Amino acid sequence: MILKTLFSQLFTRPATNRFPAKYMPKSVLGFLGKVQAGKATLVPPVPVPPKFRGKIAYDREKCIGCQLCIRVCPAKVIEFLPEEKKIRMHVARCTFCAQCVDACPVDALAASPDFLLSDTDRHSTALIVE
Amino acid sequence: MPDQVYEIPIGPIHPALKEPIRFTFKVEGERIRGVDIRPGFAHRGIEYMGMKRNLIQVLYLSERICGICSISHPITLTLAVERAAGIEVPPRAQYLRVIFAELERVHSHLLWAGVAAHELGFDTLLHLTWKVREKVLDLLEELSGNRIDYAIPIYGGVRRDITPEQVPQVEAMIRYYRGLLDELLDAFLRDPSVEARTRGVGVLAPEEADSLCAVGPTARASGLAKDVRQDRPYLVYGDLGVKAITPREWGLEPRGDVYDKAVVRLLEVGQSLDLIERCLVEMPEGEITSFPKIPALLAYLKKADGEGLGWHEAPRGEVIHYIRLEAGVEEPVVWKVKAPTYSNLMSWVPMFVDQEIADIPIIAASIDPCMCCMDRVHMVDASSEAMVQKEELLRLSRAKTERICRGGGPA
Repeated sequence: MILKTLFSQLFTRPATNRFPAKYMPKSVLGFLGKVQAGKATLVPPVPVPPKFRGKIAYDREKCIGCQLCIRVCPAKVIEFLPEEKKIRMHVARCTFCAQCVDACPVDALAASPDFLLSDTDRHSTALIVE
Repeated sequence: MPDQVYEIPIGPIHPALKEPIRFTFKVEGERIRGVDIRPGFAHRGIEYMGMKRNLIQVLYLSERICGICSISHPITLTLAVERAAGIEVPPRAQYLRVIFAELERVHSHLLWAGVAAHELGFDTLLHLTWKVREKVLDLLEELSGNRIDYAIPIYGGVRRDITPEQVPQVEAMIRYYRGLLDELLDAFLRDPSVEARTRGVGVLAPEEADSLCAVGPTARASGLAKDVRQDRPYLVYGDLGVKAITPREWGLEPRGDVYDKAVVRLLEVGQSLDLIERCLVEMPEGEITSFPKIPALLAYLKKADGEGLGWHEAPRGEVIHYIRLEAGVEEPVVWKVKAPTYSNLMSWVPMFVDQEIADIPIIAASIDPCMCCMDRVHMVDASSEAMVQKEELLRLSRAKTERICRGGGPA
């Protein structure tokens, strides 16, 4: 049975999605620059499931500054800004449990499908939500 | 000199071990005559961290005790807290918890089967098993949102429901594995080379399994019909009527070797599929949590006073969480975790004795050890072992530099 499976495997496409390119580029950042300039095409990532918990999206206008999200956050991601009564999130610490989304009484927080969050600097603007 | 006994240390970090633990084998030629086990290298002080956080934060901490048991630990913790605080769980939530727990068992046992095949040098089978394991991980991702840390149980219920549109996907997964299970059983259990490498290797006699308090598939492979879901039913397992699986279901008298452990785990994949199917049919409509509002839950837990014990049959065996709550305090006063590997640790000793050195990896893997689940304490014997911390070492180094600068010799 194994031999049959192995043989058929020779003629089937790989199960792995070749994201971001069919062959690994020398520099991923260089490749992404080329994609933006329209010189290369991106192999799209596998779509995330509908209930995916990615980077938390924050609606600053709706936020009432109740600090409930700060109380439930297991990773201490959320910082309170006392003057404005708003919050700032440090995504580099986030564990993506989305408990803050469940806790928010005014739906100011939502789990977005955004998952490409790797960065060399944990304080980069892409990893701070406010 | 064939009667000379040598000591071989293996670990704490070693390619044959997936996680840190240290074995010291006494070997005579190729034969193992004795073994000393020293755990504690994956101790992270999680229980202490939990006692500094409120219960909702502890829930996600417990999920991260172990990546593979990321349903077992939160379910056990919620059961303990619900007992301590007297929270009722709606029936639908109980069924949903069982479905997720059984999905975890399917992926954990398939993971083990792949690891076992790899330890035997049968990498084709490793890749095949892990390829089919993707199906259940995809389903878990679809149902919960993420692939490994599911964030599903919460005190008083679960966080996410299985919608009617998702039910066909679960049924498709069950059909997929039903069609594959016979092939997998064939590839593992009727393969002459697998049988030759696992039959009579790492034998744990039933009396030893009993006296050493082995749990889970390790105990069941020795013929003990021991399963928390059957012996102390919780959630809806009592209604589902789970029967402990021993190699007798495969038509063999249990011998307690690595082969029997593979039999038990692979048959349990089928059992889990049956349980999920029954849950889908019997699951009533209704609420999925008794506390839809988080502030109400936090306020209720703060008032709660008492102690509770939660138990669950994790893929590796019985896991227990003990919790003590005090009124007016948000943090648990005591949180104790007993993972299945802790109970199975001692059964390694009789399994290793009189085996060959080449069998060490597969015997070590056969209990499906999980050090990060188990290591709740690290013992240091200060009388026989000296441990120098980084600061102390730095101080010694600086003192030496000073001494040499002043023209002094070694201390």
